[in-house]
Amino acid sequence: MGDPMKKVPVREQDPKVRATNFKEVCLGYNAEEAVEEAQRCIGCKKPMCVEGCPVSIRIPDFIAHVKTGDFKGAYEVISEASALPSVCGRVCPQEKQCEGRCIRGIKGEAVSIGKLERFVGDTARANGWAPSTAVEPNGHKVAVIGSGPAGLTCAGDLAKLGYSVTIFEALHRPGGVLVYGIPEFRLPKDDVVIPEIENVKKLGVTIETNVIVGRSVTIEQLIEDEGYEAVFVGSGAGLPKFMGVPGEQALGVFSANEYLTRSNLMKAFREDSDTPIMRAQKVVVVGGGNVAMDAARTALRLGAETHIVYRRSEAELPARAEEVHHAKQEGIQFDLLCNPEEILVDDKGWVCGVRCIRMELGEPDASGRRSPVEIPNSQFVIDADMVIMALGTSPNPLLTSTTAGMDVNRRGGLIINEESCMTTKDGVFAGGDAVTGAATVILAMGAGKAAAKGIDAYLKEKN
Amino acid sequence: MYQILTKTEPAANIFTMVVHAPRVAKNCLPGQFIILRVDEEGERIPLTICDYDREAGNITIVFQIVGAASLRLSKLNAGDSIADFVGPLGKPSEFCETPIEELRQKSILFVAGGVGSAPVYPQVKWLKEHGVDSEVILGAKNKDFVILEEEMRAYAKEVHVTTDDGSYGRSGMVTKCIDDLIAEGKHYDVCVAIGPMIMMKFCCLTTKKYGIKTVVSMNPIMVDGTGMCGACRLMVDGKVKFACVDGPEFDGHLVDFDQVMKRSAQYKTAEGRAYLREQEGNTHHGGCGNCGGEA
Repeated sequence: MGDPMKKVPVREQDPKVRATNFKEVCLGYNAEEAVEEAQRCIGCKKPMCVEGCPVSIRIPDFIAHVKTGDFKGAYEVISEASALPSVCGRVCPQEKQCEGRCIRGIKGEAVSIGKLERFVGDTARANGWAPSTAVEPNGHKVAVIGSGPAGLTCAGDLAKLGYSVTIFEALHRPGGVLVYGIPEFRLPKDDVVIPEIENVKKLGVTIETNVIVGRSVTIEQLIEDEGYEAVFVGSGAGLPKFMGVPGEQALGVFSANEYLTRSNLMKAFREDSDTPIMRAQKVVVVGGGNVAMDAARTALRLGAETHIVYRRSEAELPARAEEVHHAKQEGIQFDLLCNPEEILVDDKGWVCGVRCIRMELGEPDASGRRSPVEIPNSQFVIDADMVIMALGTSPNPLLTSTTAGMDVNRRGGLIINEESCMTTKDGVFAGGDAVTGAATVILAMGAGKAAAKGIDAYLKEKN
Repeated sequence: MYQILTKTEPAANIFTMVVHAPRVAKNCLPGQFIILRVDEEGERIPLTICDYDREAGNITIVFQIVGAASLRLSKLNAGDSIADFVGPLGKPSEFCETPIEELRQKSILFVAGGVGSAPVYPQVKWLKEHGVDSEVILGAKNKDFVILEEEMRAYAKEVHVTTDDGSYGRSGMVTKCIDDLIAEGKHYDVCVAIGPMIMMKFCCLTTKKYGIKTVVSMNPIMVDGTGMCGACRLMVDGKVKFACVDGPEFDGHLVDFDQVMKRSAQYKTAEGRAYLREQEGNTHHGGCGNCGGEA
């Protein structure tokens, strides 16, 4: 037994090796390590971790099963609340959620709930366990728009209640951000994402790809012509934002969404893909969130010296702690407290550098974060032949512009009733990034779950 | 999977295919496009919709071989299937939303260059079906590359064919044809110009002289085409616009063509590499010195 105050360490690919490949960074626990880590859970009567979980997994109960080696029992407990344990175990910001509330964390390290969840999900897949499916169909049809975390969760929960659910996906592959956004080295597609989506299908959910709702079919047509009684909109975040600084239209400036979509969805990192991706010598990624980390670590793996430019300090980085830690280990350089003023362009129109200005932290702003203030005359230049903007997104106007009566807030997010999750259009519900703007996988899943409840209550009342 | 019903080659390396895609055929309108992926390794390629049959659920596409994906597409035959086919994407043409009475007052000129005839055709047809007349300039390199002429004549009031080498119809570029028609006493209120980027750029410079409002269809680099990746951004009137959701049609007098053309060159080497790899297989080692690849 190791130090009981500390987590059982998890095996990872060596940073020097993994910086050159797209295989998964974290290797996860084996059975022995998982049981040992599970022993650290003291099984609180009033578990704070569950309150910290957006989908309310009965955490101490599943860990109790792991303790005794009953991994199937553990999987059944998680499956009540989540169809995507192998995904969440890998990408949730546990330190801000379940693990952030763990009583063990007061004096030592929190129980490694995420790694245990991942272990249970991976073990289930290796053994071919799937969530139980025996439900009597109730004869009611629900349409779900988007097959990302919000849509998959909403669809899975409704299927478990007996609804006949079809998910409409605009891209050629289901999964949303799990497929186009999060890189292979953090979330393997063939081994993790696709099997968990298959589990959602096993619950009875149908997924129709290549359907862009708002264009191929409108929400009204889904309701009036195709007989869907309720619609859930989980269409995701939308279009990338740019800074508006001079030189931003130069060649070699990409949005993180484009860069990551090429690499992840279209597999441009592989030699056998038709889809091109630019390979650069020195890359500057602007932004400090998970998307910025993913883009930077992808660029590094494609052979570039990579810098992250972020205007606040390390403490304010919105990315998961583990991603920042991994990025540093791999050799990503963090240029913190500085902000681009201009993208420098060579005579052929290509990026040749970024002129930044140094910042210092002032008073806390409305979000509670200390706002960055420019230090006069502190400009400096970082050489670069590629710049990736990872500054967040603004909502895609497609659905709201083609659907009457679906209102949006000031920022373009869909307005919903907090409790029922219904939009301002009767029978149309929404959740995830389409409502909140860019957030996390697990918050989208929580929203999908809440909406499934809202849809069930709405249809019960109506029928 | 989306089945190919017919395939023809109206000009060298230009193909027409009718594809069964009921969801696209049900709601598409002139001006919109589709994205397809030939197979599992294929790129997502945007193509304009040339014709549609709502009842049968079919879409006609016209494409020219420009890269690895379109080369593989050209090798498929009637009876084969395309892995993915999504649409309609983008906004319909502006006139689909314009009151018909207003359109009937206008003298409308279409300028189609090369495969640009494909997206022009459904617009001309749609207008005629709504009782609106239009004229078409059909421009091509030489007489072998004039496509859709008969189809166009069935719906347009007048079709003016012009070839760069004068081998058929009038002689010269489409811009010369515009100048000539106006010199001959024609008058136009609106112009819709679709074709290669360079043609649209010069078309706009020409129509600007005459103060003719000109709509162009931008088909830049695109990946998802649904409003997510931002690859298709361009500057219109000094603002960032996305061709996939804000377009593909824009006011041609406000588009920064030079910047779009530069951006389109961004992946040229990589696309060329994929094309050559496809065509020459293992025999291609980049030694030709022409493709700029491999190094």
